[in-house]
Amino acid sequence: MSAETPAPLWEVFIRSKRGLSHNHVGSLHAPDAEIALRDARDVYTRRMEGVSIWVVPSAAITASSPDEKDSFFDPAGDKPYRHPTFYAIPKEVQQL
Amino acid sequence: MTSVVAGAAAVYSLRIADDCLVLSHRLAQWSSWAPTLEDDIALTNIALDLLGQARAMYARTAELDGTGRSEDDYAFMRDEREFVNCLLVEQENGDFAKTIVRQLLCSTYQLALWQALTTSTDEQIAAIAAKAVKESAYHRDHATDWTLRLGDGTDESHRRMESALATLWPFTIELFEQDAVTREVRELRVGPDPDDLRAAWDAYITRVLGDATLAVPGTSWKPTGGREGLHTEAFGYMLAEMQHLHRSFPGVTW
Repeated sequence: MSAETPAPLWEVFIRSKRGLSHNHVGSLHAPDAEIALRDARDVYTRRMEGVSIWVVPSAAITASSPDEKDSFFDPAGDKPYRHPTFYAIPKEVQQL
Repeated sequence: MTSVVAGAAAVYSLRIADDCLVLSHRLAQWSSWAPTLEDDIALTNIALDLLGQARAMYARTAELDGTGRSEDDYAFMRDEREFVNCLLVEQENGDFAKTIVRQLLCSTYQLALWQALTTSTDEQIAAIAAKAVKESAYHRDHATDWTLRLGDGTDESHRRMESALATLWPFTIELFEQDAVTREVRELRVGPDPDDLRAAWDAYITRVLGDATLAVPGTSWKPTGGREGLHTEAFGYMLAEMQHLHRSFPGVTW
């Protein structure tokens, strides 16, 4: 709790009332998972933003490197045929 | 007879409102000072819940006492002796441990009270209680989580919790005091028997303190007088700060 040794960092994910997935909304410091969940409720759902919260230790996240941005993402840039924009979506399909 | 009855319900309602307002203001004093940003917003969230409860109960009090006073009149235009909150809620914030202990003791009481009031024969109070129960349940859980971590934490946090508990414990006696007002509202089924609240409060507090490796303090002295308007020294300073703006600039809005 002290300023000298901040509590571990947690990433917060919230599912909104109409949403189907949890979205990353931010992070916070907390000594353990239960307090992190409580703090996330207080910090990130004050305006009825969500109906479900996940907290994940930031240290548990493996992130892609900005240095690899070109090799990771550029190759997808010239492949517009991967977007299913040429099909009419049947109206029975609720969620896509 | 009717006027005596109405008087008791109004005083009872005012006591609850004052408890909520004063505790709310104490927590609001943490704003920008809490140990972490996360707790800063957690404590002020609780303060806002309590302020909402206070406003609803002041509005009901104004109907019961027939004065038609506004919420601001109750909060800002009364002097220390006219406040009938219990002494526990006005105790100074101290360190984070003391604030958490005060919150545990208060929220456990308030949750039991609101739960009982959901069946009050005063339908408006029952409706206010139904909403407040969820809020106070969260306040109690928040305080419980921190009590467990600080009590069963480091030597330093344990020592601070013990010290806070020793300071605040005597003030809990007053929460369950009986007088003409509590007896009258109980008779009318407007409010519960304080003894019933005490049983629920004792059971919960004893369990949580045990889990937090904290000993339940013995009884030392029994400070009282809040319900009669006789307060501890720190309360006057708190009120002066809280009321200053409204009194210096009557009717100010922003």
